[in-house]
Amino acid sequence: MKNYLLSLIAVIVLALIAYVGAEAATWPQYVFGIIIPYLAMTIFIMGTIRKILGWARSPVPFRIPSTCGQQKSLPWIKQSKIDNPFTFFGVIVRMVLEVFLFRSLFRNTKCKMSKGGKIFFDLEKWLWVGAIVFHWSFLVVLLRHLRFFTNPVPGCIQFLEQVDGFIQIGLPGIFLSGFALVAGAVFLLVRRIVIPQVRYISLASDYFPLFLIIGIALTGILMRYFTKVDIVGAKEILMGLVTFHPSISANINGIFYVHLFLVSILLVYIPFSKLMHMGGIFFSPTRNLANNSRAVRHINPWNYPVKVHTYDEYEDDYREKMIEAGLPVEKE
Amino acid sequence: MSDELLKPDELIANIEPAPPRKGWMDTPINIRKGMYCYASNHKSVASLDLPNARPWNPLEDDWKLPENWKDIIFNGFRERLDKFRSFKVFMDICVRCGACADKCHFFIGSGDPKNMPVLRAELLRSIYRNDFTTAGKVFGKMVGAREMTMDVLKEWWYYLFQCTECRRCSVFCPYGIDTAEITIMGRELLNLLGLNIDWIATPIANCNRTGNHLGIQPHAFKDMLDFFVEDIEEITGITVEPQYNKKGADILFITPSGDVFADPGTYTCMGYMLYFHFLKEKYGLDVTWSTYASEGGNFGLFTSHEMMKRLNSKMYAEAKRLGVKWILGGECGHMWRVINQYMDTMNGPTDFMEEPVSPITGTKFENAKSTKMVHIAEFTADLIKHGKLDLDKSRNDHLKVTFHDSCNPARAMGMLDEPRYVINNVCNHFYEMPSNTIREQTFCCGSGAGLNAGENLELRMMGGLPRANAVKHVHEKYGVNTLSCVCAIDRAALPPLMEYWVPEVEVNGLHEMVANALIIPGENERTTDLRGEPLAGMEGDDVE
Repeated sequence: MKNYLLSLIAVIVLALIAYVGAEAATWPQYVFGIIIPYLAMTIFIMGTIRKILGWARSPVPFRIPSTCGQQKSLPWIKQSKIDNPFTFFGVIVRMVLEVFLFRSLFRNTKCKMSKGGKIFFDLEKWLWVGAIVFHWSFLVVLLRHLRFFTNPVPGCIQFLEQVDGFIQIGLPGIFLSGFALVAGAVFLLVRRIVIPQVRYISLASDYFPLFLIIGIALTGILMRYFTKVDIVGAKEILMGLVTFHPSISANINGIFYVHLFLVSILLVYIPFSKLMHMGGIFFSPTRNLANNSRAVRHINPWNYPVKVHTYDEYEDDYREKMIEAGLPVEKE
Repeated sequence: MSDELLKPDELIANIEPAPPRKGWMDTPINIRKGMYCYASNHKSVASLDLPNARPWNPLEDDWKLPENWKDIIFNGFRERLDKFRSFKVFMDICVRCGACADKCHFFIGSGDPKNMPVLRAELLRSIYRNDFTTAGKVFGKMVGAREMTMDVLKEWWYYLFQCTECRRCSVFCPYGIDTAEITIMGRELLNLLGLNIDWIATPIANCNRTGNHLGIQPHAFKDMLDFFVEDIEEITGITVEPQYNKKGADILFITPSGDVFADPGTYTCMGYMLYFHFLKEKYGLDVTWSTYASEGGNFGLFTSHEMMKRLNSKMYAEAKRLGVKWILGGECGHMWRVINQYMDTMNGPTDFMEEPVSPITGTKFENAKSTKMVHIAEFTADLIKHGKLDLDKSRNDHLKVTFHDSCNPARAMGMLDEPRYVINNVCNHFYEMPSNTIREQTFCCGSGAGLNAGENLELRMMGGLPRANAVKHVHEKYGVNTLSCVCAIDRAALPPLMEYWVPEVEVNGLHEMVANALIIPGENERTTDLRGEPLAGMEGDDVE
């Protein structure tokens, strides 16, 4: 079966399980509203810590930054301080731009060949645009959700909501980020299916999180704009979770549990998958190191002596010939 | 050039337009002639005490592996995950966005999807997931895991020796995943089973024994430079006197042996000799060559970190023995990756030398104060800036020059503007190739990382296609006839590439042009360049 169909079906089945379960009786609501979220959060935290400690445990024996600009050398040659950092500060700037603006991806080009065999490189910013829209809207949506976990809601979260909801068409006001998230995820999904090379490299585990996130976003949108979930009831459940006084609410319907269940699945999925890239970028030695290993000695903790062919052995091999050729030797 | 090699248009027509229908895990490995290098010679492998030295042939079914080869790979994999954070992180975080795909010269030139950097890495990642991750153990193929088999191993060998470790993909990767790093680890694993290629195995064996990849013994090394002394005398009337293994010299000079051995690198070597003569006569600069450390390059980098360290150790050992103040390094690509990113860490500290200072200008090379090795382009740029070189640019007027940034000085060091500054001061006609093909986005010659053999010419020509294409562009637009570079492998690899794709373009080195332009006290009027080609305006004169 096609990888993406497999992933789509998996997400649909998961959603159905939660929906049917929560609609059928009260006891599954305890499962989907309390037990699974706690379990998921525990796995997420433990798994993420384990992964990060695992990376941290392996040393960085060599200084191997990818240098993407002029090195620091002679004082009158202009150094590219961000793309080829020499100092820790330069590295910080490089990392910030990488993490928040996907600077490397921004360089993206597309290689084309004419019939005559001439190669062209077009700028290709769509992947960058899609990635920026997806990740930033995801972050805004996530931060906006803090209103369900805090009481009183901090001013900065309220401000974020105002900015995000500046378009007012009827009630409730529209949050742009939710739709941008769907659009971004759908773009990344369609691109993955449509571009032959990308489809070729895509695994079921690449489609699954996209469908999952689209599912989460759609159920969120459904609750807010269409089924009009009981916000007070929803907040009660969520506040109960974070204050460790879990409870369920009678007025909450199945869609809410689908939403929560898919989020739980996502949390469990993160530490065991490529979604750890959000932590991994900070550990990437080609980006987080300064290119100064000629000026400052980098230490390899496991550096060990190796067998070398010494000068003395070399001279022993060739002494006669060296003397004959007039080359200086240590032992005549 | 071999008769069997496809014509350029056939080679372009052969580029696979789209990946096959079948998934990559189900597409069996097909080791194709022209695309792979011969297997390592067992004598070379044995002379270095590397594992599993025996004659073998990649085309045969039986690769003569030890019975427990899977355990060796498994344990080797685990050891490297524990020793290299880069490897561990790069195994985990790829999202398969595909941004790297068409950045690889081998993919552009072949269309083979397994030459996409992402898929090259997936060849290893699939095993990593299966052997070392929970998800891989539970979900198997769905999450891209597969078991290690003989076919997988053959696929590793075939495709890891179709990567030149040029790092172009890592420039574009949003996480900085560096396929060079993955290829390096993969090749280390293959070497645990004695699976190297001979174009690497024999040079490292030579280098270990004789001090250079080409196996030139000390007396022969001197003989070769003596030939150049005669050639230089013929062209300039100057007798240069290179010094060898001289104790107490100020500076030890180390450059790749390729430039001593084969055209057109030899002209760069002659350039160095003339240049050092000038600096000695005018400023008393005391430079020595070494026959023990007579190799700048380091094919150990293409074998394993340990082998890299073994070969590299000679540079500091020789500097210590001779008691020089610091080391000057010649033009070479991967040599400078080793010096910039590995040498001091592996074989330092270097407290027996002084922080490098140019004795002529007093410039402190702050960026090299720990490793104590300066690149000759940095050194020369500084001299030119201070007006210390007497240059007649018009002596390079017969050359219309473009500059090929070698992968490693560009992406593992960032030496971009120093050579350009030198070029602009030694010749009048300099034209850049398109911006997506130079500086940090430069394209590989297609023959780096030990793939510069004769039997894989098809691979080299397809890998060099993007580079050649950019040269062709400036050749047609500006009449460029010279491709200059700061790498000895380039000087060996680019001439056949040019002959194949852009036959009117010759390849030279930076310091060949410096020496052409250098006005040396007491020299005859120059009518030819170092190659014996007439200078502009001298074409009609009788050179003899």
